[in-house]
Amino acid sequence: MRKASKIFKHLFLMVASLLSVFPFYWMIIGATNTSSEIIAGKLTFGTNALANIRNAFSQYDISGAFVNSLIISVITTFACVFLCSMAGYAFVIFRTKFLNAIFGILLLSMMIPFSALMIPLFTMFGKAGINNTYLAVILPSVATAFMIFFFRQNTESFQYELVQAARVDGLSELGIFIKIYMPVMGSSYAAAFIIAFMNSWNNYLWPLVTISSNEKRTLPLLLSYVSSAYTPDYGVIMVTIIIATIPMILIFFLLQKYFVSGMVGAVKG
Amino acid sequence: MKNSNGKRNVYGLLFAFIPIMFLVTFCFIPMFRSFILSFNAGKGVNLEWGGFTNYKRLFSDPVLIKAIKNTFTYLIIQVPIMTVLALVFAAMLNDKELKGKAIYRTCLFLPCVTSLVAASVLFKSLFGNRGFINTLLSSFNLIDSPIPWLIDPFWAKFVIIVVMLWRWTGYDMIFYLAGMQNIDSSIYEAAKLDGASLFQQFFRITIPILKPIILLTTIMSTSGTLQLFDEVATLTAGGPNNATLTISQYIYNLSFKFAPNFPYAATVSYVILILVAILTFIQFRVTREKN
Repeated sequence: MRKASKIFKHLFLMVASLLSVFPFYWMIIGATNTSSEIIAGKLTFGTNALANIRNAFSQYDISGAFVNSLIISVITTFACVFLCSMAGYAFVIFRTKFLNAIFGILLLSMMIPFSALMIPLFTMFGKAGINNTYLAVILPSVATAFMIFFFRQNTESFQYELVQAARVDGLSELGIFIKIYMPVMGSSYAAAFIIAFMNSWNNYLWPLVTISSNEKRTLPLLLSYVSSAYTPDYGVIMVTIIIATIPMILIFFLLQKYFVSGMVGAVKG
Repeated sequence: MKNSNGKRNVYGLLFAFIPIMFLVTFCFIPMFRSFILSFNAGKGVNLEWGGFTNYKRLFSDPVLIKAIKNTFTYLIIQVPIMTVLALVFAAMLNDKELKGKAIYRTCLFLPCVTSLVAASVLFKSLFGNRGFINTLLSSFNLIDSPIPWLIDPFWAKFVIIVVMLWRWTGYDMIFYLAGMQNIDSSIYEAAKLDGASLFQQFFRITIPILKPIILLTTIMSTSGTLQLFDEVATLTAGGPNNATLTISQYIYNLSFKFAPNFPYAATVSYVILILVAILTFIQFRVTREKN
């Protein structure tokens, strides 16, 4: 009986894992086949990889879009994780009724749909003359209620004694945050980094609204442009998808060790 | 010295100052402006006071009603399936003796690293008229003629839900898995001694303890689904004949595709806001009552 349930469990997880991974296999073999072979559902490696890569890079400014995405995502991620962790830390370490109320108000912004902000942001940025710049893409995602919430939850499990000891040693409040808190909370930062980078790297709607020139396109914008061609070349599309996905996969595998333990702190209590 | 409330408030505000300013400037102020905008009328930049015109139009707008229906279809079908699947995956993976646990976990989470646009384009290539899925189905003699996946109103919605399930289930799973790892294993051992089956342990221990996290994820996915845009924009652009159109895409179309009607688009965005608020409130109430 126990053995049967074990086998069933493995079978279930294997099928689910295969279904999860299959589209990745599909995109990799697709990049080596011609568009018509992909449409016909060919499941084996082909010989068209170099031609696809050449076509992709000659027809579209993929490296440009990659650089745009990278600059935007790196700045957004570092700013977001640093600033929101500071806020999340403060709402626990200096907790008062007043600060709790402020946090509650900030949390409400989690319920505000982006489409309710999109038009005012577009007109605001238009007046400031910053539409169609990196800055316009970055600014609205620097502070998110989710990230502040995430760090507030994680800070609950941070030992307050460390703060008290550091105060006795004469460290400043900012010094305590940077020298004591940040190193101790490594895995929370890793999880936050993955989530923030993922959101920024994959962001589509807001760049679609604010970015208007081809040179400033991010990878999701380029990908949607490539795939909406009248006769889409699926070989080229697969190459673009791979390039758009590789950085995320790298970051995930580099930080994965800390990811789950970082999430554990986030859902505590 | 650090105990005085005033001092703590000052430090707290200083630390949180920049994020607070960002949220006020790029979230609360735009939200307020949207609200003002919704009482204006006119196209382009020539706006005037319009009173409740836009709000009256909401109730007689067949496209909006269709978009709301579609959005709720995605919500009602996708979120429960995803939540249950994610819980089952997490429960299975939260087993110390399970071999290959890390590999399964990585595989199941992997779809979350793709952008929604990339995921949608991938599935678009799989669900073509003569695409892989149709070839597969007909080779098993399951269908006589190819299914027009993205052209048929029913199947187009089906594909969109499949993409959402593929992309998001692993994300929820990680939350549940993290929550399960916080549960003290002695609770399970005690339950085992009392003769509780695995089934009972899951429903009597795991689910009640995970309730706050399940609440968090359902609120996030409810609000995410009500804002659904990327997948539909990429897969069907709302077609055929608005059969897959979502509220967010309608707002985008109203603002940037047709002759720009910012005031009415802002009014429609408040529909999403109100729906999110109502559903969040209901979800809070439902979980509280059961406690």
